Amino acid sequence: MPLNAQIALLLPELVLLCLACVILLVDAFSKDPDRSLTYWSVQATLIVIAVLVYYGSPETASLAFSQNFIADPLSTLLKISICLISVVVFFYSYDYFREHGLLQGEYFILGLFAVLGMLIMVSAHTLLTIYLGLELLSLSLYAMVAMHRDSYTAPEAAMKYFVLGALASGMLLYGISILYGVSGTLVLPELASIISDQSEFNLLLTFGLVFVVVGIGFKLGAVPFHMWVPDVYEGAPTAVTLFIATAPKIAALAMAIRLLTVGMQPLHLDWQGMLIILSVLSMAAGNIIAISQTNIKRMLAYSAIAHIGFLILGLLPGMQTEVGYGYAGAMFYVIVYAVMSMGAFGMVILLGRKDHEANNIDDFKGLAERSPWFAFIMLVLMFSMAGVPPLAGFWAKWFVIKEVIAIGHVWLAGLAVAFSVIGAYYYLRIIKLMYFDKPEHLTALKASRPVRIVMSVNGLLLVAFGLMPGWLMALCTRALGF
Amino acid sequence: MQQSLPILSLLIWAPILGGVFVLYAGDRQGQTVRWLALAISVLVFLLSTLLYLRFDTTTHVMQFREYARWIDTFNIHYHLGVDGFAVPLILLTTFTTVLVILAGWEAIQTRLSQYLAAFLILEGMMIGVFASLDAILFYFFWEAMLIPMFLIIGIWGGPRRVYATVKFFLYTFLGSVFMLVALLYMYTRIGSFYILDLHYLPLSLQAQKLIFIAFLLAFAVKIPMWPVHTWLPDAHVEAPTGGSVILAAIMLKMGGYGFIRFSLPITPDAALAFDTLMIVLSLIAIVYIGFVALVQQDMKKLIAYSSISHMGFVTLGFFVGFSVFAATQQTAGVSMGLEGAMMQMISHGFISAALFLCVGVMYDRVHSRDISAYGGVANTMPVFAAFMMVFAMANAGLPGTSGFVGEFLVILSSFQASLWVALLAASILILGAAYTLWMYKRVIFGEVANDTVAGLKDIDGREGFILGALAFVVLLFGIWPAPIFDLMHASVEHLVAHILQTKLGQ
Repeated sequence: MPLNAQIALLLPELVLLCLACVILLVDAFSKDPDRSLTYWSVQATLIVIAVLVYYGSPETASLAFSQNFIADPLSTLLKISICLISVVVFFYSYDYFREHGLLQGEYFILGLFAVLGMLIMVSAHTLLTIYLGLELLSLSLYAMVAMHRDSYTAPEAAMKYFVLGALASGMLLYGISILYGVSGTLVLPELASIISDQSEFNLLLTFGLVFVVVGIGFKLGAVPFHMWVPDVYEGAPTAVTLFIATAPKIAALAMAIRLLTVGMQPLHLDWQGMLIILSVLSMAAGNIIAISQTNIKRMLAYSAIAHIGFLILGLLPGMQTEVGYGYAGAMFYVIVYAVMSMGAFGMVILLGRKDHEANNIDDFKGLAERSPWFAFIMLVLMFSMAGVPPLAGFWAKWFVIKEVIAIGHVWLAGLAVAFSVIGAYYYLRIIKLMYFDKPEHLTALKASRPVRIVMSVNGLLLVAFGLMPGWLMALCTRALGF
Repeated sequence: MQQSLPILSLLIWAPILGGVFVLYAGDRQGQTVRWLALAISVLVFLLSTLLYLRFDTTTHVMQFREYARWIDTFNIHYHLGVDGFAVPLILLTTFTTVLVILAGWEAIQTRLSQYLAAFLILEGMMIGVFASLDAILFYFFWEAMLIPMFLIIGIWGGPRRVYATVKFFLYTFLGSVFMLVALLYMYTRIGSFYILDLHYLPLSLQAQKLIFIAFLLAFAVKIPMWPVHTWLPDAHVEAPTGGSVILAAIMLKMGGYGFIRFSLPITPDAALAFDTLMIVLSLIAIVYIGFVALVQQDMKKLIAYSSISHMGFVTLGFFVGFSVFAATQQTAGVSMGLEGAMMQMISHGFISAALFLCVGVMYDRVHSRDISAYGGVANTMPVFAAFMMVFAMANAGLPGTSGFVGEFLVILSSFQASLWVALLAASILILGAAYTLWMYKRVIFGEVANDTVAGLKDIDGREGFILGALAFVVLLFGIWPAPIFDLMHASVEHLVAHILQTKLGQ
């Protein structure tokens, strides 16, 4: 492929990198306390990138730069989701930082670099590119968590996140090095074909696989590698939690898809068994521990762990497309989950006031009387997370369970739905607080008109996906070549 | 029959959109909102009578079909249609909703528009359940229904409403999710969610048994059968009057409808294999729960237990057919049991709704549901006492009321299976009379118990209209049940022929 065609494939990432550097410089010389120039140019950049990805997307999978980079329907869908979700996330965060006097241009610029990392992860086609994207993302996130340096909790959370994250990266890299040592290649499909050529069982390969799965488990936050999740979610400023809880999940899923279903496709049965354990443990621990939480951010953290369990369930079919739609369910799940999570943390931000973060679930008390519309949006978010129709969360669970049954694990599907019933309890509790309890004070939520509109769109999107899930499902299945 | 008017879609979406509109109108113009909600529900009821008028009773084929593509990727479609089982239940739904809106006219003062909207939206979803021909569409409405009901009990309910509503939600949610797994499993076999396709799907006995159990979890909780009935008394007691009425009159019937639409035709061999179990569970519900009802101090709780006991008749009627056929080798007894069970569902819809409304009438005045807080109500509310008499008698299964018809047919049918089953089932006539009439005696007759009762005002025109309408249908179908039997006869015959044919070895 000629060089200019290769560069065309990489155009979104290149533009993002250049613009991020330019904005960094502009921000350094800006004296505006509101940082509005930085903020708006970051938002414009993200939208431009989404448009570039859309118009530059190739019909079929195309490789560039000695197979290091791949652009295919899967990457198009996930990249556009990442960009658009980040736009909304930054939108919610901007008000939060201004309100709490934490506004710094660096947050948005770090965010841009994190998005760049995610885009690279999504499009990675060799083991090293995956690692490169992952580190770019992780380092940006560590710094973002630590940004509120006067707080007690944020640096602690950042420290935990950094240590455990570095450990996970180390594990992943170790696994990658073993795989490279055995196969002598970094390119994922070549790795797969070399593995399948092995005539006899190779312990070293399985050994490498274990480390890779551990690395993925850490990054996704699956039990038993979930310890950082609640602490980081709770300790970080809510706007940062919001960021961590949404787009990076999509990137982590892409990483898992590329590594496992492409690179280690011949070892399908091996990693399938490992993922089943991770997923069952995550669903069990996440849902059960979430019940006892009184801090909304911790509760949502455990709920995230439970959702990750479901997500991993969606990965089990891998490329087995003769009976179902492979991992399309996981893709659908992660996009819907990102939208739900975005709304839920956005609501936590809205609920907080100056000098007061709404960290306790009791802050939701009587919200239906204080702000009926926002209470309704939160109701939609919670029922959607619980997986009740007519909301999008139902279809996400439905799709994953359907794929799991299609590959013959009916018992696992039964277990998963049972856990989702347990999970429904703590979502119902939030609704109970909002609708059935009397408010302690009658101050309505203050929100500017744009925030109102975006929040409403966020919530109603879940209703719309719930009533008409067909086109997003079609997009996900098309990404697998259906 | 080619339909120009999409009646079923209108029946589903008119109340839902109407509910959204009511919500939007808000609480500021209280009276206007009430009239608006009433107008919507009456219109929907009138529309549903079209179903009855245009229904072709000579065939079991689904009528008023509507089809639109929904989720092509998975062959899920917006597919509606009704047969003789669904039409009476839809009519029951639209009729009851009108009464519920009327019943909340004065009792509900807080968050009025939300209350009315919740019932209208609920109505649309319930009709959706009865009208769906696509299993996923059915499940979609089936689960979505939980949301408004959860809010109705939780917001407008009694002191222990939170406990009751969470219990209600989790119980029914847990039951239903396994049904979803069963549906998805069958989808992997035939790639279709069309319910009539599932009816003809050949399945091994092992698979049928597992599917049957998954369905049983969903429907047994909903109907509810002993021993998964415990959510019902709590939900009934704490729910506002309107909520109790909808729960008893319609939601419980969904369990029964599920047995007819899914369990029996999809897994007939498993139903045959489990029929003894089902009969035993039904008899326990009838007899044991009947005794439990006898000792209740709370009127709503008593009616709730009476509902469980009466629902035992429905499941008995569904499942006794296999033994009847084994004993007689004729299908007449089987049809009789099924028709009796269906009739029992319709009739119980009217009677339990009426009894809960009666309790509601008294509760609005006295604010107590305890039997001991009353006594001698007949002295101050004679018209009310007369109405309640009719419903109490109907609940006890007195001939001439609709309560008698269904029970009689089911007992007659089970008599062909076994004398003992019939004997135990017939005990409801004694137990039912005992707990209903004893409650009636303690509440209505005797000396005026206290000053509150002495100061009671008799029912006004609105309440009189509600109770009068219910008394009319209870007596009408007691004396002349033919319209209902005509509606469902062809469907029952078809179902009987279908379930008595084994699916094994096809």
